[in-house]
Amino acid sequence: MRNMRLVFAMVLAFAFTGAFAQKSGYKVGDKAMDFELKNVDGEMVSMSDHEDAEGFLVIFSCNTCPYVVAYEDRMIELHEKYAPKGYPVIAINPNDEALSPGDSYEKMQERANDKNFPFAYVYDESQEIVNAYGATRTPEVYLLQKQDDDLVVKYIGAIDNNYRDADEVTDRYVEEAVDALLEDRQIAVANTKAIGCTIKFRK
Amino acid sequence: MKSIIIALLAFSLFQGDGKLKIVSFDEFEEIIEAPSDGIRVYNFWATWCAPCIKEMPHFQKVSKAEGVELMFVSLDDGRKPDRVESFMEKRKISSPVVLLDDIDYNRWIGKVSDDWSGAIPATLFIDAEGKRHFHEGEMSEQELKDFINKLK
Repeated sequence: MRNMRLVFAMVLAFAFTGAFAQKSGYKVGDKAMDFELKNVDGEMVSMSDHEDAEGFLVIFSCNTCPYVVAYEDRMIELHEKYAPKGYPVIAINPNDEALSPGDSYEKMQERANDKNFPFAYVYDESQEIVNAYGATRTPEVYLLQKQDDDLVVKYIGAIDNNYRDADEVTDRYVEEAVDALLEDRQIAVANTKAIGCTIKFRK
Repeated sequence: MKSIIIALLAFSLFQGDGKLKIVSFDEFEEIIEAPSDGIRVYNFWATWCAPCIKEMPHFQKVSKAEGVELMFVSLDDGRKPDRVESFMEKRKISSPVVLLDDIDYNRWIGKVSDDWSGAIPATLFIDAEGKRHFHEGEMSEQELKDFINKLK
């Protein structure tokens, strides 16, 4: 009887940790999982393929969100500025295409083609990666740094503080975070919030 | 004196005269911090947000049935308020609507609730004691009813 109670308590405890883990995802300082996701060019992309990289700007993105559209050119600039310094952008579309038909793989290919994305734009069709990372909206950036065999989360949040007008930006959160890593400094602002489109999770 | 003005402001905003008001975050904060005897519901949405639009009729219906004050808080582009106005007209939005025009998001999202990542739809509930409750994500009619009934 006592054993049964113990087992029951353990099952409950597991159920709760499971639920919390799914809701909260990674925090700054956590180790992030790698992925193997299909890029718009048909090839599979993993972070482990990039042996020269110092880290990654993993951006949860999509085709349909007006905030993403407002930031696409800045995502291209981030890649062009930081990929040569070891921090390429990898954009991940986590939206369920049944709930958001504009976010299908074919539409991703069209968008990448129209905008001539210089970075990988991959599809998290099973939503395993977005669930592990805990992203809630698009666009949302996870800055990862390689430390030995691990990928450590260093920044989570918005690209900057003005989605409307790149010229009016006063806080370049992501650039400041990557610059800090490159210069071996502490990141001053490691978490930011922004209005974004909810990720369309399969029901 | 200031609290009377705020109370009057909040009261006039809840009248829903069909006109859209554009507010800064500081002005919005004054609205939500104004004292009230009843439950208040602030639903954050935008005209481009499909799940937001889907849940709006539930909010109108349930707030009426449950006798709670509802305000729709648009996060649309403040330079184009006509988009919100024509939406209100077309969808027959009778509840009060404000356009919260403050895009330095990281400065204020956490002040609404620590539980808000910034994704919309999202809803702030303030109970009769002035305590805040928050829900991020779409709500069904039943979920909304249950949430409000727990606050009563």
